[in-house]
Order: sequence, then C-alpha cells, then structure tokens
Amino acid sequence: MKEETVNQLRPPAASANALDRRQFLMTLGGGIIICLSPSFPTLAAEAYSATGSGASKDFNAYLRIAPDGRVTCFTGKIEMGQGIIISLAQMLSEELDVPLNSVDMVMGDTDLCPWDAGTFGSRSTKYFGPELQAAAAEARAVLIQLAAERLGVPADRLVTKAAMVMDKQAPEKKVSYGDLAKGKRIERHLDRGQPALKPASAYTVIGTSPLRTDAVAKVTGKAKFTGDITRPEMLHARIVRPPVHGAKLVEIDTAAAEKVPGASIVRDGDLIAVVHPLPDQAEKAFNLIRTKFTSPPSDLNDSNIFDRLLSRAPEPSLVAEKGDLARGKAQASRIIESTYRQGYVAHAPIETHTAVAAFEGDKLVVWASTQSPFGAQRSLAAALKLPERNVRVIAPFVGGGFGGKNPGRQVVEAARLARVTGKPVQVAWTRAEEFFYDTFQPAAVVKIAAGLDASNRIVFWDYHVYFAGGDKAPTFYDVPHQRTQESGGWMATGSLHPFATGAWRGPNGNTNTFARESHMDALAASAGMDPLEFRLAHLKDKRMIRVLEAAAATFDWPRGKAPSGRGLGLSCLIYKGTYVAAMGEAEVDKTSGACKMKRIVCAQDMGRVVNPEGAKMQMEGCLTMGLGYSLTEMVRFKDGELLDLNFDTYQIPTFSALPKIQTILVENPEMPPQEGGEPAITCMGALVANAAFDATGVRFTELPITPQRIKAKAGTS
Amino acid sequence: MIETIEFKLNHEPTRLAVDTERTLLWVLRTDLGLTGAKYGCGIGVCGACTVLLNGEALRSCQVPVLDAKGKEVLTIEGLARNGQLHPLQQAFVDHGALQCGYCTSGMILNAYSLLLRKPVPTEDEIITGMEDNLCRCGAHQRIVAAIQTAAKQMRG
Repeated sequence: MKEETVNQLRPPAASANALDRRQFLMTLGGGIIICLSPSFPTLAAEAYSATGSGASKDFNAYLRIAPDGRVTCFTGKIEMGQGIIISLAQMLSEELDVPLNSVDMVMGDTDLCPWDAGTFGSRSTKYFGPELQAAAAEARAVLIQLAAERLGVPADRLVTKAAMVMDKQAPEKKVSYGDLAKGKRIERHLDRGQPALKPASAYTVIGTSPLRTDAVAKVTGKAKFTGDITRPEMLHARIVRPPVHGAKLVEIDTAAAEKVPGASIVRDGDLIAVVHPLPDQAEKAFNLIRTKFTSPPSDLNDSNIFDRLLSRAPEPSLVAEKGDLARGKAQASRIIESTYRQGYVAHAPIETHTAVAAFEGDKLVVWASTQSPFGAQRSLAAALKLPERNVRVIAPFVGGGFGGKNPGRQVVEAARLARVTGKPVQVAWTRAEEFFYDTFQPAAVVKIAAGLDASNRIVFWDYHVYFAGGDKAPTFYDVPHQRTQESGGWMATGSLHPFATGAWRGPNGNTNTFARESHMDALAASAGMDPLEFRLAHLKDKRMIRVLEAAAATFDWPRGKAPSGRGLGLSCLIYKGTYVAAMGEAEVDKTSGACKMKRIVCAQDMGRVVNPEGAKMQMEGCLTMGLGYSLTEMVRFKDGELLDLNFDTYQIPTFSALPKIQTILVENPEMPPQEGGEPAITCMGALVANAAFDATGVRFTELPITPQRIKAKAGTS
Repeated sequence: MIETIEFKLNHEPTRLAVDTERTLLWVLRTDLGLTGAKYGCGIGVCGACTVLLNGEALRSCQVPVLDAKGKEVLTIEGLARNGQLHPLQQAFVDHGALQCGYCTSGMILNAYSLLLRKPVPTEDEIITGMEDNLCRCGAHQRIVAAIQTAAKQMRG
C-alpha cells in the first residue's frame, strides 16, 4: 500500500490486494489481534439500527498490537472533519493503557477495517466507541495473561500502565506490550458479553483534549483527499449532464471536443464522458460538446413547492399521543395556530464528490470521498456485477460530508469509466454537478395548533409534520393532551420532490425544532411570559432544565416578555441522547432587512465527553453552519430548474456572519457518550426566528429569514 | 500555446514547458504535483485554491499559469521552512482552527497575505480580510483566533 493513498498516519504493511478477511489477518503478521464478531452487542445494534435488519457481516480486526509496540486501530468510520481520528484513538489508548502517540488510525478501508454502516447520525463515538473499548479491554486481558506466564506472577497481581504490564507488589518486575507481542501470533474473537471496562472515574485520557493528530497534515497541504490521489496513466473525466432532472438526451455533437489533443469521448450505456490525462483539458474538451435535451415540463418553484407538498401528503401516521385532544381544546381559552415552512437546503461541502477507480488484477480499487465506504463497496459490486470481495473502497480524508456523501453516484461513474477505458479514472464533480446531484434537506411543512388555559398552561398540542419526518417531532414539554402526526417521512421517494433529498446534518431535527421552538415562543408571547420562564414552567425533565439554566447563567438571560426590542431568543431540544439549550442576540436592520446574530451561548449535555475541545468544535461548527439555513440558505428553482449552482448565489455563512459563540459542556460523566456532531445545529432556526421576533415583534414562520423577508414583514421603508 | 516559463516555486527556481493558457491551479496540481491548493468552486468565489503570487493572495483557478512567469509562487507546501511550521500553521493547529481541512490551505495563505499587508490587524480587519474564503465546517471563530495569535507571534 502506498502512503499517499490513505488517511492513515502510519498505514500497516498490508498488500493493496488483500484478499479475504482471513488472508488479510494473516497479512498483518505477528502480534496480538482482536476481532469482534457480528453478534457483539453494540455492533449488532448499529447494524440493526442502520440497516433495519441486523445484517450479518464478517468479522474483522479492531486493533492490533505489533511487536514494535505500536497499536493500530482499524475502523470503517471515516474522518470528514468531525475529529474521530483523535477521539477514537483516545478511547483505545484509555482502555488499553498505551500512550496516545503510539496509536495509529486506519480508517475507511473496506479491505482493512471492520464492516461499518457508515459515518453519519453522530454515531461513531456512541456505537463504535464501546466496541473499540471492548476490543482494547480484551487485548489488555490477553497481555496480562501473557505477562503472568512471562514474569511468573499471578495475573491478579499485575497491573498495566503506559504499554507495560507490571507486578503491583514489585514494580521492577515488568514487561512491555511490544515484548509480549514479539514472536507471537494471537488472534482473539470476541463474541457476546462485554469484557470488564475501566470505571469512568479512572479515566486519564478520555475527557482530555489532545491536539488533533490530522491537524499538521492539514495545515501543510500533505493531507490527501480523494482528488489528490493519482494513479499511473490516470484519466480525468467530465460527464455529460442533463439540464434538469428527468431530461432526455436527443442530440449530441462531440466532434469539436474530440479534436482537443489527448481527449477522447467514451460511452458506457447512458454514461457519456470526455476523458483526458489532465482535468482542465478534459473540461476544455467538455465545453465543446453540444447537446440537446428534452426536459419534462414543470411549473414547480421554490414558492409553490409547499402547496404541492401539502396537496400530495399521504394520510398522517401517528407518532405520539397522550391524553385527549378534544378535552384539551375544551380547556383552552386561547388557541394559537401556525404553519412553519423550510425550503430545500444544500450540503455544499467545499470538497465536491470525487472518486478514483482503478482495476488492479481482478480487483477494483476505488478511492472515494464518501461517508460510507462499505455502502459504496456494495453499490460498486452491484453496478459492475463483481463479488464484493473483489471491490476495495478506501476513503481518504473527506472534505466535509454533512450527510451528503452517503450516496455513491460518482463512485460508480468512475468505476464504469475505468472499466470502459481500461485505465484508472478520476471523477471530480464540478460545483454545479455537486448542487445538481445533491440530496437536499427536504422542503417541509409543519402545522401546529396549541392552546393555553386561563393560567397560561399549555393544555393541548396538536402537531403535524409533512415530509420532515416524525422522529424528533414529539414535544418533550409537559402537556396533558397532545398528538404528533407525520405525513411522509424525510426520506420521501418518488416524484414528490423535484430533486433528490436525503439526510442533512441533523436529519428531521432542523425543521421540527424550528417549528416546535418557534411555537413555544409564540405561546409564551401570548401568555405575556418570559420565554425561558414559560418553558421551565412546562418542563419536568431534569436534564433539560439543567442545560437551560446553564445557558441562561452564562448568557445572563434577562427575564422578561417578548418582544422586548433587544433581539434575544432561545431554543432547546433533545437529540436522541443529547440535550441542547441555546440563547442568542440578534441585531435586525429594518431598512436593509439584515439580521445579524451577535452572540450565541450554547449549553449541551452529551453524557461523558471523550474530547471536550473536539466536542466544542462540533458545537461551534453546528451553530455556524446552522446560521446558513436560518438566514440565507435555500435552494432556489424555477420551472423545475435549479437556479443555485455555485457559491456566488448560494450563500453559506461567511466570517462577517459570525457571532461570538460560547459553548458549555454540561457535565454528565456517569452517562456513556451520546451524540455530538449534529444536535446543536438543529437549534438554530428557532433561535434566530425567536431573536428576530424579539427584535421586531414579527414572527417569521419560514426559513431562511432573508433580508427580503424581513423587509417585507418588518421593514420600515 | 506551449512555452517554457520560469518562476520561483516555494523558494526554488522552476522551469516548465506548459500550455500557458492553463490555470495555475491545475498546473500546480498536475504537472507540479502540489495538491495543497484545492478545487472548490472553479469561479474564484470559495478561496480553496488560494496561492500567493509575489505575496498577494490569488485564486489560482482564475489565473493563467503565464501570470506566474518571473514571479514568486508560494503554495501551502512552501510555507513551513526547515521542518518548522509557520506561526500561522502552528496557530491553526493549536486553536483547532480546522475540521475537514479542505479549505485550510486557502485560509492560511489568505491570512498570510493579510498579515503581510496588516501586521497588526484588528478583529474587524481579519473578518473583512477573510470574508471571501469559505469554510463549511464552521471553524470561523477559531480561524480568527488563530490569525490573532499568529499575528502576535510574527511581530515577535
């Protein structure tokens, strides 16, 4: 394996043609190797929750202790900026008692790493972490056993520290892990049951914030992303694309393109591309191709899409219910009804979808910017009719994913073109292709009716979400009579949406939290109560109360009813196992319509925190990225045609949009680690909308809250 | 047109026979094997392809390689000297001013050019100076802090 091909800082000496898993384990050579079987509890749980089937997958190594004492962690997870390259290493280092700098990470390589559902849903630390710790605990038990034999000391008298096993009664009696692994070949397979793990109170590595191990590679330009991978004789491809989804090619003239020296046109069924050894020359030739498409008629645009969604909504299904809505309505003295909308939002990672495909012998090797190397392997095997074991997918560093790099269209395109040209092929989407084939966060609608009684208590809550999904829709507030319904999931398929839609950071949390927390604010305003006071009055959940109080203390939340003119807003949420409360201050210019968030305080309880600084980076990233869908980001389209195909018109947050962000990790060390990469982004829509309400007295029920919308509803001129 | 041009690339004299209409970005990434500058948007809007030409930050996806003739080109690969990270690089590491790392080369080089022009920048000047470099991960706050730290260190 060549060093430039992977995101590993010290790749193992295994063949690029590693065969099946059994042979792969042999190629690892000596040392101590720990595998987990698919029936291992957390692995099975993840397989089940990711695929819905508990898919049976082959075992593979989780870690290896080499005779030189270095420890390698193998994980099918990928590094796309979320920082698991360090936090997973910390979990391994902690449980195995080895220095952090002796741990090497091998990530996202389907030949080398254990099967993995994909890197999404803030699951890496929560699900993979425990597997890795179990493997490490098993390895430590093996080492103690070996040391007992070597030192002639009973195992129960031995302790481990800094990659050494020693006699606690006579510390000079000791042996290093590397020495124990020398000349050995020990392979352990963990099945059911969990080896005894260290108590959290003994942690010295988990809970600290060492610097990211990928940072130096990334500041020096040495970190390899998929587009940086080259192979001998590699061709770069540009693929002919339709102008709108569903368009059919009726005419193509490639004569001029073929005259560009070195360029050739290749076809594989409906895939037509120009290939060239240089990417810019491929583009030059591509620009000379003339095409004619027939496009399906469409009168859909970014305004009428919501009516279409509502008109096509299937019968609702019940998500949650409590009490009796009719009774609640009878008790209400005031009812507030509102409809909330959010348009399509793009992932827009700065690295576009890229893949390099090369046939090496009977094996297809594909480097890909993907969040799901094993998913890509499956797609490739199916599309090229190859056995999965003949397909190897390697995910180098990924330049941002946010849920958009799960599908693998570019992966299959590169492989098909490699097969038809007989040469390695790189497909790197242009920015326009990235927007065109993005799986947007779906446009969605939420309708809420809720009532207050004479004492300002919410007596009923009737919630109906269309196409954002019901998973995070039920309210956690203490309301006696409530119902939550959903129509269509967030993964709606078929012809409903004019574009592909899919998971977007915090799937189904962004729209639902925007709606719920906006409506809570509207109720508080109607009650003439401070929005924090009003929420606390409807909360019994101690974790939620704690994060709200933590945020309020740091923010110095001045209690009072909204709108106060000060531009203060808050929002809170539960995201699977993580609790978030955020407070912010907005400045709204009623003349220009500009809304600027000046300050945000965000408190999060995510259970035990493996790397606090890394967790804060994720929270800051969430809040900053969330400014986009709250204030500027909406995919515009007209007659079915996308109008935003680059960053000149699709405005993601820039430096000038940046508020002062303070993050607080609310300690909860007894709870295992929960989600971190997504929860906080889902607070942003309501946080901004509620702050804008406090500033202007106008409630904004549609995201994003653009200057045009502010001027239209709250403008002074 | 193929022409042999000479320029300094990361402090070293370089001679290259190249179609001079090609953009600097793709010549760097292919002929010269320097992949630190990235493609992000292709229209000079995102800044991932930023390199320095005689100390000025430019969008290499918009610059023909001919423009480099007789000048000094600095890419991210040339910023660290003698195995020592540049203070900006070190500050980005120390502040955690990156996540996925894809925009990082452009961020650092744009900041470098900014500090050449304004060795003592105010926070507002940093924000204005960095405004046109896009980061999707949301590392902005830490990038601003890293530039402030590096500016102090570079002044000594």
